[in-house]
Amino acid sequence: MIDCVENRLLTSRRGLLLGGASFAAWAYLPKFARAADGRDPRMVVVILRGALDGLATVAPVGDPDYAGLHGSIALAADGAHPAIKLDGFFALHPEMPEFARMYRDQRAAVIHAVSTPYRDRSHFDGQDVLESGYAGPGRVQSGWLNRALEALPRGERVSSGLAVGPTTPLVLRGNAPTVGWAPVALPQADDDTAMRLVDLYRHRDPVLASALSQGLQLEKAATGDDMKPKPGNQVAQMRQVARGAAKLMAADDGPRIAALAFDGWDTHANEGGPVGRLAFLLGGLDGALAEFESGLGDRWRDTIVVVATEFGRTARINGTDGTDHGTGTIALLAGGAVKGGRVISDWPGLKPANLYEGRDLKPTTDLRSVIKGVLQGQFDLSDQVLAQTVFPDSAGAGPMKGLVA
Amino acid sequence: MARDSQAALVALNRFGFGARGGASGDLVNAASDPRGFVKAELARPFGVLLEAPGLQSTPQLGQAAFAYQDQVKQAREAAKAATPTEAPVPPAEQKPDNQLRRNLSLDTVMTEIAGQMAETKPADTKPADAMKPDSAPPGAAAPAAAKPAQPLNVIQKIFRTEALARLQRAMLVDCGFTERLVVFWSNHFCISASKGELARMWAGAFEREAIRPHVLGRFADMLKAVEQHPAMLFFLDNQQSLGPDSRAGQNRKRGLNENLAREIMELHTLGVGGGYTQEDVTSLARIITGWTFAGRKGQIGAPGSFAFNANAHQPGPQVLLGKTYEANGLAQGEAALADIARHPSTANFIATKFARHFVADDPPPALVARLRDVFVRTDGDLKAVATALVDSDEAWMAPLTKMRSPYDFLVASGRLLARVPEDPGFYLNSLNLLGQPLWTPAGPNGFPDTAAAWAAPEGMKLRLDIASQMGARLGPNIDPLDLLEFAAGDAASAETRRTIERAESRQQALALLLMSPELQRR
Repeated sequence: MIDCVENRLLTSRRGLLLGGASFAAWAYLPKFARAADGRDPRMVVVILRGALDGLATVAPVGDPDYAGLHGSIALAADGAHPAIKLDGFFALHPEMPEFARMYRDQRAAVIHAVSTPYRDRSHFDGQDVLESGYAGPGRVQSGWLNRALEALPRGERVSSGLAVGPTTPLVLRGNAPTVGWAPVALPQADDDTAMRLVDLYRHRDPVLASALSQGLQLEKAATGDDMKPKPGNQVAQMRQVARGAAKLMAADDGPRIAALAFDGWDTHANEGGPVGRLAFLLGGLDGALAEFESGLGDRWRDTIVVVATEFGRTARINGTDGTDHGTGTIALLAGGAVKGGRVISDWPGLKPANLYEGRDLKPTTDLRSVIKGVLQGQFDLSDQVLAQTVFPDSAGAGPMKGLVA
Repeated sequence: MARDSQAALVALNRFGFGARGGASGDLVNAASDPRGFVKAELARPFGVLLEAPGLQSTPQLGQAAFAYQDQVKQAREAAKAATPTEAPVPPAEQKPDNQLRRNLSLDTVMTEIAGQMAETKPADTKPADAMKPDSAPPGAAAPAAAKPAQPLNVIQKIFRTEALARLQRAMLVDCGFTERLVVFWSNHFCISASKGELARMWAGAFEREAIRPHVLGRFADMLKAVEQHPAMLFFLDNQQSLGPDSRAGQNRKRGLNENLAREIMELHTLGVGGGYTQEDVTSLARIITGWTFAGRKGQIGAPGSFAFNANAHQPGPQVLLGKTYEANGLAQGEAALADIARHPSTANFIATKFARHFVADDPPPALVARLRDVFVRTDGDLKAVATALVDSDEAWMAPLTKMRSPYDFLVASGRLLARVPEDPGFYLNSLNLLGQPLWTPAGPNGFPDTAAAWAAPEGMKLRLDIASQMGARLGPNIDPLDLLEFAAGDAASAETRRTIERAESRQQALALLLMSPELQRR
């Protein structure tokens, strides 16, 4: 549901971002951030809401059944808009040249035929499972990234916060304090009024007292010329959110662990192949990754960006040149800390008998294993914490080894 | 009055849009008969309808949108002809007439044609709005920098007209219970104006035509009206879905799109876990193929009106939720919807969501069970369900833990200040800022309905900023302490009263009043 035309009607930057992107970060530095070995790991989780078509992003062009199933929107290794070859079997969407460059430099990897344990096809339940880290839907009190933070040694509080939108993505919600930030586009209440209200809330409504206090602190903490309101379409917004986030995360006292979400991937109709709607969005995602790389500067070396989505889409296109809700899809890793240059996949094949329920790419890798592998590689979290606290009841899906360089 | 002022708060805030300022006497009336105050509106079903000068029907609006799109297209082609160096539009970009895509780089085109538009109104820009006392508080003009100083096109004008009509109604009604019901059902069956020009054009009409007539009627009737409304068919792509074996499907080599069928069952009726399978989704998608709206050429009906296109309808019987629906054209889908509407899962889903909206994030199970039983016993009589809610003890005894949504907050504030807006600008901008852009939720599940969603740190800070703006435009004859009497009377806490009394200015006092727990919680 992208609509460039609508921009004129949303008169604030923040209003724009609410529809397309949100960002939040842990309020503390991990204690080992300045440890003796000089490694200062950073991690960004990018949630693509709406279910990304993995087969249209990293296409199994070597699979004999792919072109027939994906039909008019299938990518091809040749033609006017050839996909970018990743290995002898997979090829990347042509709108993602930055990711392709990182991949060639062995700083990006793809995990294919991946999914969470969720097997139904509701966006909202699927996002709950993806972000909560529980094996099933309905657990929306805290997210796996927040629970991972609780297991980390807490150092100093970050001196600047960042987040866009009045809500924190579920993946980062929970007991561990988070910060958020959004650019100011309207006159603010003065401090005195705010303090009087906080005082009233403290006496009458502790929940609101806590929320307002946090909101006031965040606004103070956020600074930077790049974050001023600017007009732009959704792709420009994705880049801009990433640029702002990278700038703050690059600071010595900036946050190390953050999450953001991009909406709009629910491509039921006229999805487009190498050009078109999905291509437009993938270009935005690619640009956002490039912004993280350039904005983090030297810090990119220790960074991993994880890109994940709630589930995939049907292997066969539907009747309207789009794809309906499916199961298996991709996850992407990018960053200087990635042991990249690989498509990691136990490829299930696309023969009718190999498809999940006869319609979707069959998942052969548990997304939790991928994320656990990254969390362990970056932050040394134990198997036990990962299997019990971060992703409860996930002992069967052990951390994938060797993802981090 | 002392004994019942707490009940008056429940009547006004939990069920309604809050007390009006001035001489309304809302608090006194609510305190003397809290249940009666809420239920009075239920006895006036025609009062829910919204008819006002300038509000047009969906076909009229569709035709205006088509005309506008044609105009843009022509202007674009004229511009192209004038500058032959630009690449011509490849024929492949031509779309079927009823789905002219919106991504025509309208920004550019509209600049080009701005001088030709019949309805140009250059003064209608944000800074000008801010000069009008009832349209925007001072300072609200600041974000206008982000808004291009272009005249509004017909779609934007219609959207603002519809928004204004809805806001004015909300400001003027007595209790506001039926308007709250409209907002609830409109969010339950939401569309999003961000889908495209037709969705923006139809957003208000959808609510007036498909929601309002049935808010005190039957659920099955609302369901049918919603799923046959062009705005919903457009929002969830059903106008593109073709039966694979239908004539159109065969000719055009296109087929099903499950989007609407899935959301009907997941979000509109049965709910996730309501007992349907992937096969049911696909089956319902087949059943409702052909449910579409007539395009600009009017080949299957008046342009912009609902139409059943038999050529696109999947032939043959279909099995849905264990029952076979014989091939029967449009009636096949209508029969299926009628059965889904009275499915036990639907009753449960609706009762839970209804109680959650009005009473508590975790509503009392006994209340949910009672509402569900009423829904079942009355075959989905929504007036009976609403009445049962007001008659329940739970709704009056549960503590006021829900947060007012941004829309509720802004409307309640406007009512207390007794200001009927003449321009929706301030409200629309504020709703954007607070994360609840009017008729534009991020997805088909609508805006969130939990206290936590609206009490997030960033959101609370923004609310305070907006309350301060409203405080800054306080008129000279209004005393915030009087407003506290209108809004809460002796149900106001001592702390709130003291905070307002001790404020350093009346402007600050008003901001604090609008942000007080008495006005934020419901």
